[in-house]
Order: sequence, then C-alpha cells, then structure tokens
Amino acid sequence: MRDYQGVDGYFGSYAVVAVLLAIGAAIFAGALLINRLLRPDRPTEAKLTTYECGVDPVGDGWAQSQVRYYVFTYLYVVFAVDAVFLFPWATVFAAPGYGMTTLVEMFVFLAFIALGIVYAWRKRVLTWT
Amino acid sequence: MSLLTTASVLASPAAPGSPGPGLADFGHDPVWISIIKGLVIFVFLLLGVLFGVWLERKLISRMQHRYGPNRAGKFGLLQTVADGLKMGLKEDLMPRKVDKVIFFLAPVIISVPAILAYSVIPMGPVVSMFGHKTPLQLTDMPVAVLFILAMSSIGVYGIVLAGWASKSPYAILGGLRSSAQVVSYEIAMGLSFVAVFLYAGTLSTSEIVAKQADGGTATLFGLDIPLPSWYAILLIPSFLIYVMTMFGEVNRVPFDLPEGEGELVAGYHTEYSSSLKFAMFQLAEYVNVFVVSGVAVTLFLGGWRAPWPISLWDGANVGWLPLLWFFAKIVLIFCFFVWVRASLPRVRYDQLMAFGWKVLIPLNLAWILLVATFRALRVEQSTPVFILMAIVVIGALAVFFRFDTVQQRRREARAEQIEEEFEQLREEPTAGGFPVPPLDLPHYHGANRKEVPSA
Repeated sequence: MRDYQGVDGYFGSYAVVAVLLAIGAAIFAGALLINRLLRPDRPTEAKLTTYECGVDPVGDGWAQSQVRYYVFTYLYVVFAVDAVFLFPWATVFAAPGYGMTTLVEMFVFLAFIALGIVYAWRKRVLTWT
Repeated sequence: MSLLTTASVLASPAAPGSPGPGLADFGHDPVWISIIKGLVIFVFLLLGVLFGVWLERKLISRMQHRYGPNRAGKFGLLQTVADGLKMGLKEDLMPRKVDKVIFFLAPVIISVPAILAYSVIPMGPVVSMFGHKTPLQLTDMPVAVLFILAMSSIGVYGIVLAGWASKSPYAILGGLRSSAQVVSYEIAMGLSFVAVFLYAGTLSTSEIVAKQADGGTATLFGLDIPLPSWYAILLIPSFLIYVMTMFGEVNRVPFDLPEGEGELVAGYHTEYSSSLKFAMFQLAEYVNVFVVSGVAVTLFLGGWRAPWPISLWDGANVGWLPLLWFFAKIVLIFCFFVWVRASLPRVRYDQLMAFGWKVLIPLNLAWILLVATFRALRVEQSTPVFILMAIVVIGALAVFFRFDTVQQRRREARAEQIEEEFEQLREEPTAGGFPVPPLDLPHYHGANRKEVPSA
C-alpha cells in the first residue's frame, strides 16, 4: 500500500480535484456553447440597455457605495488568518508533547485577535446608522 | 503527527464494525474510477438541484396552503426540467455597457467551485466498484475541510464580479452586500469547526466521520456511561452556531439580503435576464445549499453512518446502504431550510451584520477556549489547567453578564423613550405619527365630526 504522504498520494488527491475541475469546466462550457447554438439572437436597442429596476438608467452604471465594505474585507482577512492558525493547532493539540504550553500560546494569540474586534467595535465600525 | 498515527490505525480496508475509511484509503483509485466518481457527483448534484427546487416549491406551497407546481409531469415533477429547458433556449441578453468577459465568466466562477467542494464529502464506506475496492468519496486530503472553506470563498468572487461587471447600481450594491455577508458568516462558520477539530484531531472529512462512529465512554462515579457519538450532540453550541451561519453563508432566508427585491431588484444577478447564465446562478445557490448540508452531515451528524437505533444492526454501515443514510440526512436538512424559509421573515442588514460580528464570533471564540481547556483537562490533569479553566469560565461569565446588563439598560431606555412618545400622542391624537396617521388629513372629516350610522 502506498503511503499517502508520498508525493504521488499527497498531490494525487489534488490531481483528482483538478480532474473534477476539468469535468466541471467542460460541462459548463459545453452547456454555454450549446446554448449559444440553439438560442435566438435578435438584439434591439431597448433590449441592450441596462435593466436596473425597469426604468431607463440615468448616468453611469456604477454607484458609489460605503467604504465600510472594505473595512469588513480587512476584518475578514484578519479572522481568516486566525482561523487558518487555529485549524492545525486544533489537530495537534491533544497529541503527546503539546498540552499546557500550546493551550496558553493559543489563548494569547486569540486575545490579540479579540483585541482587533474590540477595537473595531469601539471605533463603531460594526454599527450601522 | 496525530494525522500519521490515526492514518496508520485506519489503514486496513474497512471490515464490518471498523470505523470506516481514513486518509490512507485514498489515492489508490485508477483514473477511470475517479472519472466515474466525478461524473456521479455531477449527476447527483444536477439532479439534486432539479428535484430540490421542485421539493422546495412543493413543500413551501403546502406550508402556505396552496398546491405548488402540478402541471408538468406527475405531481409537477418535471416543472424544473421545463424551466431549465426554457432558460437554455431563451435569447440571452448581454447589455451593451457590461464588462463582457467578466460578465460571461462570473456564473462559471460561482458554480464550478460549489461543485468542487463536494469532492471531499464522504458518502459511504469502502465498497466494491467493478471489482475494485474504493471508498464512496471522490478524494480526501489532510486539509479537506479547509478545502471546502476555500471553495466557498472562491464562490464569493463570482458574486462580486457578477455585480461589478453588470455596471448597474443595484447589481453592484447587491454584490458588495452579499460578499460582506458571506465573508462575515464564513468566519463564524470556520470558528464553529474548530471545536470539531479539537475532538477529532484531524481535518480530513473521512476521518472525522470515522471518529463519530463511537463516542467512547466516560467514567463517572465508577460507572461507564456511553457518550453520544455525533458531534452535534457532544458540541451542541458549535452545531447551533454552524446552523445559523449555514443560512448566512448561502444567502437563504432569513439572511437573503442580497436578493432583497424591495431594495435591490434581484441583487448581483439583476442584469442576467432569465437566460442560461441566470440558471447557473440558481444552480450554484442550490449546490451551495447541498454543500453546507453535506458539511453539516459530515462534521456534526455522523456522516454516512446510520442514526442510533439503526446503527445497532451490524449491517447498517457496510456496503452501499450508507448512501441511503447520507441522502436521508441531506434531504432532512434541505427540508429544514424550506421550513425556515416558510416561517421566518428577512432580517434587516444591520441586524444581520451585528448578529454575525457581535454575537456569533465572540460566542464562538469563548466556546473554543472552553472546549480547549476541557480537552486539556482530559489529556493532562494538572493544577495549572484547572486554574486556567476557572479563569476562562469566570472571564466568559463576566463578559456575558457585562453584555447582559448593558443590553438590559439599553432595552429599558428604549422602552422608556417609546412610552414617552406614546404619552405625547395620547395627549394630542391629531399630531399624527406612528402608529396612528394624523386624523385631520384633507380626506378625513376631522376628529370632531361624528360618524353617522347608515342603518
């Protein structure tokens, strides 16, 4: 039996995902291609305007929106990194040789992360007006 | 390290009564078996969407005292097929202003990763497929759950790009809103998995299912008490948080803000008339529902393993039969989605984000600390761990009560303010405002006029 951590086995599982990706891309590309061949195509001026809400569009397409969304993206990056550190920690945590030190280390790390969310909270990023 | 040891324990192919395949059982399939499994996943998901839409429409109409689709095919079973065919044959409009390449790619970017996430969902034990022993799961990796999270993150690109490429204010607002919501709930979702990893000691989906085969026993006062084996029961706060984030993650009622039609028309897919591309967005939405249901089944509800009374029978968890348990669990969770949709109204956007950031995430972090200390207590029973546990519990309770009092004070202040307003309105009813409209509007006859009965 091959060891799954060998190069073949380990990257083999990703190769299978790549195969599925190829199948998926092929199926959707095929569907869109068939759709292109079968569907009628009679564009008019009115059909090609942006729909928006049914009324004739006014001005340029894009609307300005709150910068707040970017703050959420930053917060997401912080917490996603946090989660990525937490996952391997959670798996080795109960193994012999870890234990108390690992636990305290992670608590300190989580305290720093929690400080981030408390800061955002105090700065009223999480409040809507 | 622990990965290695568990893998070697589970390396032998499953005999009846063994916990099932582990990481070491993967990576031996010939290419043709992988392709068959991949195609089966596709067929399963596409058929699942076709009949899932039908089931949802049928179920929700029964809950609302109507019949639902009943024209195309027996019981309206072919309704979605008919809709799909119509969408496939309709004229596809691409508005002149849009960014053509991205507008075209967005539905593909959103639907392919949704399907890819299913490659690591275990659907059954090792079976014999055309004389070849293989687990009923396309593939597994040491970081399988992370892979699922990654795939759902890539789906966010599809949402943002669809909104951005449409060059329409409603679409871009819907796209931004939706992505902010999905990433917020994804954090809470990722954190709710941590407790499962703490208990399972691995991120591989097949091994998490194997770990839920047997809960083990706890010794209490000299008695051996069998523990529940499903993480949904063992880690019930994690499970409840996951269930809530599940709805936020796939933009379903009550968190379907991106499609709040009163505000945003149809959100990020407003400009995709009802063409095949629109059908692909719908497909991705339903596939995502199946993915989060599959994750719930795998991580919390024992995976493909039979539920408790049936699991007493030895034959319940061998061969092809577990497929049935897996599908039954998926269908039940899907019905739960529909039930929630029929029962709950849509929440407001500020409520949604506040709930995600101020409730779910802090709660999750505190729960992780608790579970971790509890686990440490079981690994090594020393005084520092006890002290740490006490500090964590006291700290969590202190934070909770602090919040509780602040909330209570706010609630009282608000009630007082409302009472004051009512007081003022009661004094002069003609002033108008909520909840009574002013009584002296021009089409009224004024407050002083007496109503004359018609009889």
